[in-house]
Amino acid sequence: MSAVQPLSVTAPKAPVRRRSLAPLEPVSARARWLLGFGFFVLFVLVWAFFTLGGYVSPTFLASPVTMAKEGWLLFAEYGFHKDIGMTVWRVFGGFILAAVIAVPLGIAMGAYKGIEAFFEPFISFCRYLPASAFIPLLILWAGIGEAQKILVIFIGSVFQITLMVAVTVGGARRDLVEAAYTLGAGHKGIVTRVLIPGAAPDIAETLRLVLGWAWTYVIVAELIGSSSGIGHMITDSQSLLNTGQIIFGIIVIGLIGLVSDFAFKALNHRLFAWSFVR
Amino acid sequence: MSRVSIQAVSRIFETAKGQRTQALLPVDFEVQDNDFVTILGPSGCGKSTLLRIVAGLDHATSGRVLLDGAPVEGPGAERGMVFQSYTLFPWLTIEQNIRFGLRERGMPEAQQKERADYFLAKVGLRGFEQHFPKQLSGGMQQRTAIARALANDPKILLMDEPFGALDNQTRVLMQELLLGIWEAERKTVLFVTHDIDEAIFMANRVAVFSARPGRIKTELAVDLPHPRHYTIKTSPEFMDLKARLTEEIRAESMAADLH
Repeated sequence: MSAVQPLSVTAPKAPVRRRSLAPLEPVSARARWLLGFGFFVLFVLVWAFFTLGGYVSPTFLASPVTMAKEGWLLFAEYGFHKDIGMTVWRVFGGFILAAVIAVPLGIAMGAYKGIEAFFEPFISFCRYLPASAFIPLLILWAGIGEAQKILVIFIGSVFQITLMVAVTVGGARRDLVEAAYTLGAGHKGIVTRVLIPGAAPDIAETLRLVLGWAWTYVIVAELIGSSSGIGHMITDSQSLLNTGQIIFGIIVIGLIGLVSDFAFKALNHRLFAWSFVR
Repeated sequence: MSRVSIQAVSRIFETAKGQRTQALLPVDFEVQDNDFVTILGPSGCGKSTLLRIVAGLDHATSGRVLLDGAPVEGPGAERGMVFQSYTLFPWLTIEQNIRFGLRERGMPEAQQKERADYFLAKVGLRGFEQHFPKQLSGGMQQRTAIARALANDPKILLMDEPFGALDNQTRVLMQELLLGIWEAERKTVLFVTHDIDEAIFMANRVAVFSARPGRIKTELAVDLPHPRHYTIKTSPEFMDLKARLTEEIRAESMAADLH
């Protein structure tokens, strides 16, 4: 047998390769939108098929039509907009409180290694404490009022923001720091004119991310010992077996989350145009 | 009096495990006022380490550096530096970058602007004031970095292979630009490079570094007349200097390779 098999004499016919099916090939903005929207439609269709088709008991899962009707009722009869307002207020209250403390602390930790060594182990530990597990304790301390809800959000956000900001600031480009020193910057100038502006876009991204998490905490906080808010409405509906309202509540949370995320993104693009230039 | 005096400066790096590497053997070197000195050496020979020690960004294991007779303790505005990597602040416009040091020392706004305009024009970047660094080519970014360092009016300009990341054509243009500025402003410059042509073309004195551990092996005066034009690179005098330096560097590169 010969050592190497010769390649077949006639070259194989080049396979037809559709460019649009190639990996990493971008799709047009229009196609993207259509595809993204398409899945929502498909999802609702499958949901409608099982519920309206009678395959699932309405006790366990309301149909899209029932859900929409219940949603309308919520606004028209039960003042659901007030619940939404309460929930939004709690999320932003707790989140802003957390950010006001965590961002400066994170910057200090990222910039000064001594401060980092002092706080980092404790905060890393706290980060893994589930915010929802604090609810019983917080109810003992702060009752079932607003303070308790806001504290849940605060506990859920503050440690995460602090650590992520510290990592961002600490990861500053060393060559930019050195360049600033050779231009006459002092230690304070390095922090205020190099570390902070350099980290600002990533800090804003961190805040956007954590705001998303804050939404999940607030609902948990409202499920227990609450008389208003989206989470409260959901527990109420559960005792009435009104799955339509529950699903509507969940969808509203998703929509608000989506809107705030878009707004945050747009704001970051405006504030930190330099980090998006190509 | 010499502007910068490097006195028995050595540097030993120590790893976390306690392994010691001698990067620099004790180096003695003087830079005179208005000198343009290039430090030429193979990569990894410690020439950048020496420059960083002069800048105050690294510290010497032994010896000291004097600037106008005063010992260097840390980095400062009187020793401006241009790095090989692009170190413009990406969040500042080109003009704001050039004004960085001026603002840091609290110069009045109008004066800052005037100085920035002057040096923007010097490096041929009029019209790009409001651009962000990312929108500029590598050569333009390094020109901005030079303007930023010069605007601060340092006593000495330290340059660490500033054109090393640029393509050949751009590098040659940058050399001419910098030399033109030096001929006009007569700044004292200490310039590190591994490019022999660049070392000769720019300098009035070339210091050749040995392979690691680094020390200054030879010093060579470059008496080519000013203003220099790129055509000088094909002159017999230039070729002669180049032949000598090539031989010196070749020996050192081979020594470095054997390590």
